[in-house]
Amino acid sequence: MKILEEGRGELLGWMDPDEARSWMTENKSRGLEDKRMSMVEAVSRFTRDGDYFALGGFGHIRVSMAAIYEMIRQGRKGMTMAAKTAVHDIDVLIGGGVVSRVDCAYAFGHELRGLSPTGRRAVEGGKVKVVGEISNAGFQWRFKAAAMGLPFMPTRSMLGSDTLRMSSSKVVEDPFTGKPLCLLPACYPDFVFMHVHRCDIYGNAQIDGIIIEDGELARAAKRLILTTEEIVDTEEIRDHPDRTAVPFYLVDAVVEVPYGSHPGNMPGLYYSDEEHMAEWLRLSRTDEGVEEYMDKYVRSVGDFPEYIELVGGAEKMEYLRKLEKLEVPLEAPWARR
Amino acid sequence: MTMEYNLTELMACVSSRLLEDNTSVLVGTGLPLVSASLAQKLHAPNLLVIFEAGAIGARIPTIPISVGDSRTCHKAVMAASMDYVMSCAQLGFTDYAFLGAAQMDMYGNLNTTVIGDYDAPKVRLPGSGGGNDAGSLCRRTILLMRHDRRRFVAKLDFLTTPGYITGPGAREEAGLPANSGPYRVVSQLGVMDFEPETKRMRLISVHPGVSVEEVLENTGFELLVHDEVTVTEPPTREELDLLRNEVDSAGIVIGRS
Repeated sequence: MKILEEGRGELLGWMDPDEARSWMTENKSRGLEDKRMSMVEAVSRFTRDGDYFALGGFGHIRVSMAAIYEMIRQGRKGMTMAAKTAVHDIDVLIGGGVVSRVDCAYAFGHELRGLSPTGRRAVEGGKVKVVGEISNAGFQWRFKAAAMGLPFMPTRSMLGSDTLRMSSSKVVEDPFTGKPLCLLPACYPDFVFMHVHRCDIYGNAQIDGIIIEDGELARAAKRLILTTEEIVDTEEIRDHPDRTAVPFYLVDAVVEVPYGSHPGNMPGLYYSDEEHMAEWLRLSRTDEGVEEYMDKYVRSVGDFPEYIELVGGAEKMEYLRKLEKLEVPLEAPWARR
Repeated sequence: MTMEYNLTELMACVSSRLLEDNTSVLVGTGLPLVSASLAQKLHAPNLLVIFEAGAIGARIPTIPISVGDSRTCHKAVMAASMDYVMSCAQLGFTDYAFLGAAQMDMYGNLNTTVIGDYDAPKVRLPGSGGGNDAGSLCRRTILLMRHDRRRFVAKLDFLTTPGYITGPGAREEAGLPANSGPYRVVSQLGVMDFEPETKRMRLISVHPGVSVEEVLENTGFELLVHDEVTVTEPPTREELDLLRNEVDSAGIVIGRS
């Protein structure tokens, strides 16, 4: 195939398909093993300074906040994040000093809430470096290539744009049509934390609602740690095998964390906590504010149940459940005029 | 009868009218959400609303904060994945895409990545998100933009999402799907299309109380003007009531003008 153009973005997370096969063969067990462990142990065993990682969910939807807080507590640093729609997750990780480089499809924004003060300040001030651009579909197709054990995935997206020019993709002449085609390199993150609705002790997991790109990402991850709202009996999984989104052999660890997506949304269970988001967006306007937030909600907090108490406990969780069920109207303090 | 409305409400109403019933639309965050939701509640009950994160065919109950939150799945026909949705767009199932941006040029190319120099940005914006995919893969792109010279620019700081790129034939030459590209631009001043021969942006209607000159003065490039520029129908009572009482009752988007 004739190469017509090559993006200048840094190629991260790529492996030769044979190397990827060896890695999966040697490092992922096909045995049914009890993979439960604590958040502290999961973060300390599977994450290293400087790693390239991704998080499941959608930035502030079904995100593994417990893992994020624990990475900050353990002082992880120098990491590069695959920002495949990164919102509140990357914001807190940048604020907490964990992430210093970003492979970017979407970051530094909070969707309807506006731009992120922390992310913007970090990039504009040179503290955090963006090492590549890509589109959202482009990123998940990178994971799909990895999930299929292929070196790349072709797409007709991204062509003719600076997004492509600053990505790690290549444009080739398609041998079938003769037309230009974008090739997205496979992407295997060093580790992925993914929050799910329920799974068994082996890691067979169910996700309610949209799966986003977690089907692809689960297979692309070199290490996959599930955080789950609840651990269920394996018979519950086997009674409904059509509901399994992630099979156990992809999974390295299982951590039970009720309300683990807070302050993000957990479809079907609880909506996002806009009061808490507003507090973060207000405090994160300054570096001092970020430190105040980290001290209050992360560093001085022992574990996730303690954090849930701190943000409002059972009463707040019941309110967020009602909000999710459309039983109470949404209040958005960040939008107050 | 004159009616009080703000400019965001005007943009939401005008853009929602462009969406026909029984078509499909990929919706981005913010004002496009409001607009698509209004269309669904008014003249296009069977508007197939698609969200990039995987929700297909929702009846939007109240404005979602995220294009991936649970509201996007309310009474939907399928809770799928980004791969599913974007593959369908690549296959030709998505009629409209609804996008906004920080900068746009006369060919409808969009910047949502950086203002200033890429390596030392004055403002770092979120990046493509699903915007590039929407602009690349959907059939017709509707662009919602605040109209001023900082946003309607002669040269983008970064081309995040392709419009007609450099003019006629450029999309096809780049390898993008045939018969796709920008369709309309709705600003707070008027409505623009893209002149078929040159693919350049062209003013086709001005909003009530706005002159052609005012539109041109607020545009940072040479805007073509249609031979017969019409005056936009102002928002109706029904549209405004729906917007304020149902679509965005908390005033999250429409109250921010």
